[in-house]
Amino acid sequence: MGSIFSLQQILNGLQLGSIYALIALGYTMVYGIVRLINFAHGDFFMLGAYAAYGAFYMFNALVAGRAGTLAFLVLMAAMVGGAGIAYLTNKFAYKPLRYKPKLSSLITAIGVSMFIEYFFSALPVIGPSYRPFPDIIVRKEIRLGNAVISNLVIIDLAVAAILMVGLTLLVRKTTLGKAMRAVSQDKDAARLMGIDIEKVISFTFMVGGAFAGAAGLLAGMTYPRIFPYMGILPGLKAFIAAVLGGIGNIPGAMLGAYIMGIAETFASAYNSLIGEGIAFAILILVLLIRPTGLLGEKIADKI
Amino acid sequence: MNVRKLPRFLIAVVLFYIIIEILYKTEVLNGYLLHIINLSLIYVILATSLNLINGITGQFSLGHMGFAAVGAYVSGSLTTLILKLSVTNPASMLPFLLSIIAGGVVAAFIGFLIGFPSLRLKGDYLAIVTLGFGEIIRTIFNNIDAVGGPRGLLGIPKFSNFTVILIAAFLTVVIIRNLIESSHGRAMLSIRENELAAELVGINTTRYKVMAFTFGAFFAGIAGGLLAHLIQLAHPTQFGFIKSVEVLIMIYAGGIGSLTGSILAAFGLTFLSEGLRLGIRALADTTGLPIGGEWRMVVYALLLIFIMLFRNEGLMGMRESRIIKNVEVD
Repeated sequence: MGSIFSLQQILNGLQLGSIYALIALGYTMVYGIVRLINFAHGDFFMLGAYAAYGAFYMFNALVAGRAGTLAFLVLMAAMVGGAGIAYLTNKFAYKPLRYKPKLSSLITAIGVSMFIEYFFSALPVIGPSYRPFPDIIVRKEIRLGNAVISNLVIIDLAVAAILMVGLTLLVRKTTLGKAMRAVSQDKDAARLMGIDIEKVISFTFMVGGAFAGAAGLLAGMTYPRIFPYMGILPGLKAFIAAVLGGIGNIPGAMLGAYIMGIAETFASAYNSLIGEGIAFAILILVLLIRPTGLLGEKIADKI
Repeated sequence: MNVRKLPRFLIAVVLFYIIIEILYKTEVLNGYLLHIINLSLIYVILATSLNLINGITGQFSLGHMGFAAVGAYVSGSLTTLILKLSVTNPASMLPFLLSIIAGGVVAAFIGFLIGFPSLRLKGDYLAIVTLGFGEIIRTIFNNIDAVGGPRGLLGIPKFSNFTVILIAAFLTVVIIRNLIESSHGRAMLSIRENELAAELVGINTTRYKVMAFTFGAFFAGIAGGLLAHLIQLAHPTQFGFIKSVEVLIMIYAGGIGSLTGSILAAFGLTFLSEGLRLGIRALADTTGLPIGGEWRMVVYALLLIFIMLFRNEGLMGMRESRIIKNVEVD
């Protein structure tokens, strides 16, 4: 059993958890504000990876050799790509259905997700097959006892941590963050207080999309290949992480994502079938035992 | 009850059978078209049974193909691996039918189990759980070597023919229709309209939700078994999430809660799907442009989005054709 619960595995789990956390934050923020499971969120993640891929080849020659600048530009491209598609999705697919039955938005979300996946795999420039992701940062490995720590682990953890601190500050300290919290508490009251709720919703989608895009870049660098359907499973697992932490709750999404990442890494080391299924097992357990999640609060049904 | 009205649907189906058989015998219809009709009829079973769960009872299942996978693998293993039936032996027909029913029963049992989480979950959560269930089923079959693992279960004898499939589709529609028109069905409808109010007037909502899942899963299992014996293959990718969404599109395109709509949409979309497949290939061949089969799914996705945005009630709304209706409500 020593091999399964090693330092190496914990690091791998934290790395995977960082990627899940960035995706889960978008799910949880959007759910908190419009009560919609945005099925297309995993595809924002995929688009972020492709935007980063495109940006790498565009800027590679331009900045010649300055790896730091290049990495920054690529990260910006991934985040702008994710935010852009999130903005468009909200504007054209979700906004017209805002006051229709909830199920309509959910089904539309499935449609949007399918559309993004198949549209991009149908485009000849992208195509349905796997592409190797370029090494944006040269891989280095540090030995620490029995564990091998790649510099990518540190980068993934650091980028995720910086973005999460930034988000926490945004939500806690700025006026916009206050508006976001107000809209998620009570849309009608927020509107009466003069908050333009559509603007706040749009902004929330864009922040979520940007985070998913950044996660796409990190996933592309860590597991160096990308394809148009790469968002489906991570999206689903990040959603489960958000539910585990308590959907709508920002620290909950981070906690859930790290638990999920570590659980999945350990389970996969034990048996690949269990590794594939553990996310769904966690979901079913959470929903049966504690549907509000670890940090979620009980919401009474209004009659 | 007006006796004259009773067998309308039976007459319609018999007429349909005779016309198709004549067209096939006179070679107006080729084997390919008959195959598409068979597929459409299997989709009729899948769509009407999903409509029972999603449309009539108002639950939201995204894992319908998971039940079909159970039916396909159970019946396929029985006929191919255990009983080793052969199509040339006429005595094999009965064991084949029993295997299909066995597949349906196992699927129904799993539907019964899945029904329980649905007691505590609503709307989007239920969607995710059923989606997860469908993926788990697929993963399990993908990892069982005895049924071929990722290669799928090959060499299933081709027992499904037009007659068998049509009878199965007919029985499915009649049973689901009778269920809807019974007091059980009315109870299911009341859950869709307002679960709390239904509970307050004394309807055991738990029982009816589980019942809808069990019935829906049973017919999906039957459809899966028939499909496996039509295309002679049970493969994990046949029963993925996207396939469940295709059935979902059918019931929303046809009209949620309308069996007529589901039947029309099952035919319409199966033919559309094949048409797009051929059309895209022809377009790619003639123009030489790199147009891939993925465009077919792009059209499907847009169709789903446009239905939701512009025609929420689908083709038929909640109306039922007079041919299918058994009792006149008015």
